[in-house]
Amino acid sequence: MLLFRALLHLYPASWRAEYGEEMCGVFASHRRAEGGIFLWLEAIADVILGAFSVQFDLLRQDLRYAARAFGRSPGFALTAILIAAVGIGATTAAFTMVDHVLIRPLPFAHQDRLVKLYEDHPAQSSRFWPLSPANFRDWQRMNRSFETLAAYRGLQLNITGQGAPQSLEGASLTYEVLPMLGVQPQLGRCFTAEDDQDNAPATVILSHSLWTNLFGSDPSILGSKIYLYDVPYTVIGVMPKGFLFPDRAAQLWTAMRWAPRDFQDRTDYYVSVIGLVAAGFSIAQAQADMAAIAGQLAITYPKELAQTSATVIPLRDDVSAQALLMLKVLLCAALCVLLIACTNLANLLLARAMVRRRELAVRAALGAGRERLVRQMLTESLILAFAGGALGLLIAYASLPLLVRLVPVALPIAEVPAIDLRILLCTLVLTVLTGVGFGVIPALRIFGLQGTGRSNLNARSEKLRAVLVIAEIAGSLVLLVGFGLLTRALWKIQAVDPGFSPARVLTLRTSLPMPRYQNASDRERFYRKVLGEARQLPGVTNVAYISFLPMVNRGGIWPVEIEGRPQDPSKQSTVSLRFITPGFFSTMAIPMFKGRDVAQADTNSAPYVAIVSQSFVRRHFPSENPLGRRITVGNHKRIVIGVVGDVRVRGLERSSEPQVYVSWQQPDNVSTWYAPKDLVVRGASVESLGPALRRIIQEADPNQPVSDVRPLSEIVEAETASRRVQLGVLGAFGAIAFLLAAVGIHGLLSFAVSSRTQEIGVRMALGAQSGDIIRMTLREGSQLAAAGIAIGAILAYAAGRLLASLLAGVKPDDASSFAAAILLALVMTLAGSLPPALRAVRIDPTIALRAE
Amino acid sequence: MALGSGDRHGYAIIQDVSAMTGNQLRLGAATLYRSLQRMLEQGLILETGDRPAAEFDDQRRRYYRITPYGESVARAEAARLSGLVKLARQSGFAEGTA
Repeated sequence: MLLFRALLHLYPASWRAEYGEEMCGVFASHRRAEGGIFLWLEAIADVILGAFSVQFDLLRQDLRYAARAFGRSPGFALTAILIAAVGIGATTAAFTMVDHVLIRPLPFAHQDRLVKLYEDHPAQSSRFWPLSPANFRDWQRMNRSFETLAAYRGLQLNITGQGAPQSLEGASLTYEVLPMLGVQPQLGRCFTAEDDQDNAPATVILSHSLWTNLFGSDPSILGSKIYLYDVPYTVIGVMPKGFLFPDRAAQLWTAMRWAPRDFQDRTDYYVSVIGLVAAGFSIAQAQADMAAIAGQLAITYPKELAQTSATVIPLRDDVSAQALLMLKVLLCAALCVLLIACTNLANLLLARAMVRRRELAVRAALGAGRERLVRQMLTESLILAFAGGALGLLIAYASLPLLVRLVPVALPIAEVPAIDLRILLCTLVLTVLTGVGFGVIPALRIFGLQGTGRSNLNARSEKLRAVLVIAEIAGSLVLLVGFGLLTRALWKIQAVDPGFSPARVLTLRTSLPMPRYQNASDRERFYRKVLGEARQLPGVTNVAYISFLPMVNRGGIWPVEIEGRPQDPSKQSTVSLRFITPGFFSTMAIPMFKGRDVAQADTNSAPYVAIVSQSFVRRHFPSENPLGRRITVGNHKRIVIGVVGDVRVRGLERSSEPQVYVSWQQPDNVSTWYAPKDLVVRGASVESLGPALRRIIQEADPNQPVSDVRPLSEIVEAETASRRVQLGVLGAFGAIAFLLAAVGIHGLLSFAVSSRTQEIGVRMALGAQSGDIIRMTLREGSQLAAAGIAIGAILAYAAGRLLASLLAGVKPDDASSFAAAILLALVMTLAGSLPPALRAVRIDPTIALRAE
Repeated sequence: MALGSGDRHGYAIIQDVSAMTGNQLRLGAATLYRSLQRMLEQGLILETGDRPAAEFDDQRRRYYRITPYGESVARAEAARLSGLVKLARQSGFAEGTA
């Protein structure tokens, strides 16, 4: 019988009160008549179905009622829906980004066992280095904790013979990579160990998008030849759509095909390594295993590998700490907006409930139970929340493309996250929480106070609303301070001198195809022709070539030795090495402090020369004249002939190695990868020279693709792009929060004024001046603001400390950010409070008192 | 129809329905009260204050009576159904003669 009573709780209370006892009676009689398990089953099904249909009837009733109520005050409904949409939209977008970048499993088999391996070089206090092929081979041979270790390197390839020559990104893979990722080609096959031999025929696998765009999805592509850097490669496979590796830019893959000479230099770090941890081993065990192996190798090769260690991290977590923090900030800010939106909605509904007290009282008098009315109000708030949630989803969907800068480029994931079932589910949960959150407080508030006096009710619900408004002010202050701090950080970074002048410089890339340009004289001819003709273009003042522009390629790091200094292998010095043509410094406007630029005469047969940066001088020749000193870098001894200013090779936010520049004509067996490929052109109205430069290059070599045509300033701006996106988002969130808080204050005070019309009338009749009334109203507003600001400032400081690593040295208690935010909060309070205050003054005492 | 021969309370209706249909239709409590509520709302039946003598009564029980409107609806429904049966017989879907 107890069970039956419990089942009855599926019904609304009103139904239970009406029919509960009788149903029990009927069921009892039934049981007396027959009994047995069958009766029970029948009764349970009967009750559940019955309850469902009763609940559904009520829901329909409530919905009809709510629709009528909203129809009477469409402004209220629209405001509430918009507020909910903003909160839910912001949170959905932020969650989608976080889920996309941090949570969602990578689209690879065994993704929980996939790891990335790095070398650590504590001597240079630097971690996360790629490996040299020789070290990779040793790691592969010696480890016990991996099922497979595989290596890859990024490539930039010129594809010719398919329309205009194009520059494509791709990767060289050892044959283990694709099977390890557990991805099968859509067409054809993966690389085999035979394809990966030194002298094996060249093979290539295409990405789905390359196959579609360049080859028109030709199903007979397998076995045909494509020309990469003029070398024929046989197409052996096409990967399925959505396969991105090692990052989203890669369009094709070739086999690594290491030659014996690739294993000679252990300090030539260019191989990225991924591994599949063997079943039964944890990642920590793999880490310990690799650290031990690195230790052994460091003993075997003390000169090259002193102190070198190894790091193993899950492939999923290979995200920079900064990108991680940015996303967390985004999510927290979005939650803050949602919270403020909820508070505001609760406030709105509370005010509305107060206004509807009479209507609710009438319904209660007509027999509606308290539960029934709470339910009605919840239904209304859920309707608003669902409408808001749907709109919010649209907002989130529309805003995602704006946020792609926050997706780290290095991850093998798509650029724009897809909104899928999980995201929809998350939005649904958010919506329900929002609806219940802002609906239940006012509902309970109204009915929890039934029976108490009216003035008491007013006072207590006003107090609750005041708390909500304080929370809104505090929340918006946190967002505003965060915005202020990050703006200051951005300004600070933008003010960093890159070491060169990016204005009026156009850059483009021509990666010369290698076997064809293997001969220095061929390259010489190309450079001479391009540089000579570019110099003739109208307005052009300087032109030069460099192996890699700063900030475009941050690598190219080489060890350096100073002649006459004993070399301590544990403190090996490194420099960022670049090969340049004459005129590079004047084109980039890098100041030359001592000596001379490289010259046409610095050829392979002349003495090898080098130009060093000031930081190089500070580190190695603090009190000596560097000119004429000999250093060994880039496989050769070179004489220092000049000193130039420092350049932020590694970007605006990181410190860079000292720089060494050498003549491109003196490479001494340095990989042709270092052959100059970035052209820089300085001159007035240089932005319009792209087509002319393309034509010049086309004439110099019709098969030579041109890529990355852009102003140098764009490269510098790209440095702060993700910050600017983040700031834009945070600023938008801050503005929304701010507006909502102002609306909250305004609503609260308006309500207070209108519910105190009589009191104000009496005061005025007794001689209060309009100034007194305004002051009284404003005082209330400023008390709220003061409380909100005090709480908000403490929270903002705490948030600022968590942000420290994003602040580029701006202190979390930065006075100007706080002052600006607090000032804005005060202005907002004033703007919110003034209209109600003025309304209070306009109260006519005679009318106010007559109403009594 | 169970109310046709006089006022009934809930359980009595269930028993009548079973008896009238030869145990073919057994109403559960929930089904019964759900239909009672609907019919109350539609004005087909009403709850009556007339109760039997105290010795036969149970305080928990409610008694229902069919309204004149309910009677006419029952008649109309019966007419509709018998018309349907007639049609079914003519078309050979049911046994008997039209």
